[in-house]
Amino acid sequence: MLVVSRFRFTSAIIVCLFGLVFAFPSFLEQGTYDKLPSFLQHTVNLGLELRGGSHIQLEVDLKTVEREHQESVVDEVRKQLRKQNIQYSRIGVQFRENEPVILVSLKSSNDVDAVKKILFKIEKELVIAVDGSDVTATISSVFADRFARKIVDESIEVIRHRIDESGTKEPTILRQGTDRIVVQLPGVEDPSEMKRLLGKTAILTFHGVDEELKVVEAKVGEKVSLQSKPGVMYLPEERGGDVVHYIPIKRQVSLTGKSLVDAQVSMDQRTGLPGVSIKFDSVEGTRKFAELSAKYLKKQFAMVLDGKVLSAPVFQMVLTDGNAQITGNFTMQSATELALLLRAGSLPAPLKVIEERNVGPSLGADSISAGKNATIFAFLFVALFMIASYGKFGCFSVIALFCNIILLFACLTLLGATLTLPGIAGIALTIGTAVDSNVLIYERIREEIRSGIKAFVAVSRGYKMAMMTIVDSNLTTLVGSIVLYEFGSGPIRGFAVTLAIGTLISLFTTFALTKSIIAYWIGKNKNAEIII
Amino acid sequence: MFRLHLIPYGTKFDIIGKSKCIFFIAGVFVITCFSFIIFKGMNYGIDFKGGYIFEVTMPTDPDIQELRNTLNSLDLGEVAIQQFGTNRDLMLKLEKSEEGEGQATAIKTVKNVLGDNVVYKRIETVGPKVGGELVSNAVKAVAFALIAMLLYIAVRFEWQFGICAVAALFHDCAIIFGMFAIFPMEFGETSITAVLLTASYSINDTVVIFDRIRENLRRFKKMDLGELINLSLNETLSRTTLTATTTVLAVLSLYLFGGRTIATLALPIIVGIIVGTFSSIFVASPLLMFLNIKRDKEIKDTTVANINIK
Repeated sequence: MLVVSRFRFTSAIIVCLFGLVFAFPSFLEQGTYDKLPSFLQHTVNLGLELRGGSHIQLEVDLKTVEREHQESVVDEVRKQLRKQNIQYSRIGVQFRENEPVILVSLKSSNDVDAVKKILFKIEKELVIAVDGSDVTATISSVFADRFARKIVDESIEVIRHRIDESGTKEPTILRQGTDRIVVQLPGVEDPSEMKRLLGKTAILTFHGVDEELKVVEAKVGEKVSLQSKPGVMYLPEERGGDVVHYIPIKRQVSLTGKSLVDAQVSMDQRTGLPGVSIKFDSVEGTRKFAELSAKYLKKQFAMVLDGKVLSAPVFQMVLTDGNAQITGNFTMQSATELALLLRAGSLPAPLKVIEERNVGPSLGADSISAGKNATIFAFLFVALFMIASYGKFGCFSVIALFCNIILLFACLTLLGATLTLPGIAGIALTIGTAVDSNVLIYERIREEIRSGIKAFVAVSRGYKMAMMTIVDSNLTTLVGSIVLYEFGSGPIRGFAVTLAIGTLISLFTTFALTKSIIAYWIGKNKNAEIII
Repeated sequence: MFRLHLIPYGTKFDIIGKSKCIFFIAGVFVITCFSFIIFKGMNYGIDFKGGYIFEVTMPTDPDIQELRNTLNSLDLGEVAIQQFGTNRDLMLKLEKSEEGEGQATAIKTVKNVLGDNVVYKRIETVGPKVGGELVSNAVKAVAFALIAMLLYIAVRFEWQFGICAVAALFHDCAIIFGMFAIFPMEFGETSITAVLLTASYSINDTVVIFDRIRENLRRFKKMDLGELINLSLNETLSRTTLTATTTVLAVLSLYLFGGRTIATLALPIIVGIIVGTFSSIFVASPLLMFLNIKRDKEIKDTTVANINIK
């Protein structure tokens, strides 16, 4: 006799009701949905290909940052070598197999130990190798990983700031692999503006201008030979039109944009052209800026953004209040953009767009309605087939199947999972396989009845015998999906989640719901003949 | 009362007897697929190769031939133009993959060629680096999942069962991948999902049959192994076909009503389910014959144990 405890029966029904409550908001019209109490206002997250929007994958240029890091170590080593009077023939950073390597060639191999000590003192995480009088140092892989994580985390933070500042709603920003960042912008159809925002590192620096070397004037695109001297570099300043000025700038950074607290678009009072007003933080920034203005009083200095001179004005007086204005060749749009970039902070490394997908809203809506139709038809096909094969018992499993779909939706909603196009396919497939447990049980009951056992006993034996098969086949799937989730990325992870949830729910409906219904039916119809 | 029976009760197909012939056929299939994959290569989509996809609605009926000529002259790689729905709905694929600035310029160029008043439903740009990583990540994840399932089956059954299940899975994957090489079907990011669905269905199906073989091994200790596998296969045949049918029905409705994008995903899944069902009956189970299964293992399981007590 098939017995299901009252407790299991009631809890099965309660779970299904809960599922219904959390699944139905996804199917409401917007107006009705807004009237719901807030705890019910959760819908299935739609993936970008379903709701429309932009998906951008960025690559963080870690090698550049690693190189910069190595160069700063080299600068420090050079200082120490001079201090300790150690003779060297060459020192610098080289790329070997795409890895930046510090190379110090010494005049005498007796100094090797001293250099090793210096390197170790500056950076503990260097792997140091010695070949004769040459000392090479690379970043250890542990340090490189930690370094990469830090840079990518910082980049994500800055990207989030920039997107928020630009007013785009509900962005999703995710780390992918070691050096990738995925940015998803729902509702944004043309991301070119966003790409421009993300494509700039926006490192603002203040430099002194060398007074001995002359400014070189050239046409845009024209090649000019620039004679510089140590500690000075020529950087271009675009003057509008087709003229570029190359300005000799001291390499040493006097002040960076890091100590800014605000940046806003403002009009230059003299020329009436747009510019950007900046404000330094009250302690360090203001003091340093005052020092800078004192040092370069009546002299030219330069504001440099990402290797280009924005403007090179002259300090007319010592500025102590920490306010300044950046002028230059700005339009209203470019000034607004610069103000935004300065507020959001600079990126620790350059970013490169390597993948981009834009979906218009009409295509998404088409996919959703097609997906809905397909799911409904899948349900109808399977329901008809089950009823044709198993009659009344088929009906029971169709009820379970319906609850299955509802619970799947409720779980996806509550977990905040994102429904994608392959996800819809996954749901339809779940409909196909969810009845498998029931098929296994019913086939077993048929076998038991054929072997001459009385029908009521056959039902409970069928359940018992099929139990192990169902557990084994479902656990195999679960093990597989957990591993897929653990090692997979992107679409594979989404698939693994849907598969695992679907498997667990179908186990639940089979052993809590269908079994309860069948037990209840048998209890009510003790004398009925069971044909399956 | 009417009941649909796909498979009549009490079939006695001799599958083991014909296993050599079946292995030969399966082997030919797998080798054909492999040689196509190696010598012809899979039809990788933009997702893997890099390039551009535009899905647009034109303001007037376009001259496809002229459009193709213009696009070809732009040096943006191989150009494919598909019409779907009305004459004005076009899908353009350009196979040149670039990085950074080049991408924006290319999109601008194509937009200029198409002219004004075009509705852009979808624009995709994939750089050359993304694809390779996608493949290696997927392969790694799938390989680990296979090993985990093999271990699980080896623990729950015997190691021989694990090997046979994975061999069957290998057969399925070879054929699915082969399809993407033989037929003009494009292998994209979502196709990975199709392969995974197939694999999970196939392993599930195989485990159900193995479970019956394990049960029968405990019940009929003296029965000849071939006879026993035949018996188990016939006993589960009805379930195997029923579940395959419901699943194919569900995926078929995806293919018929799910729209173009889902349909391209559904087709390989349908084939996959058929191949997976075939392999669990005709590959995984007969292979057990060659792996020397221990017959007199102590029974630990209680539900089956009481049947065996004499």
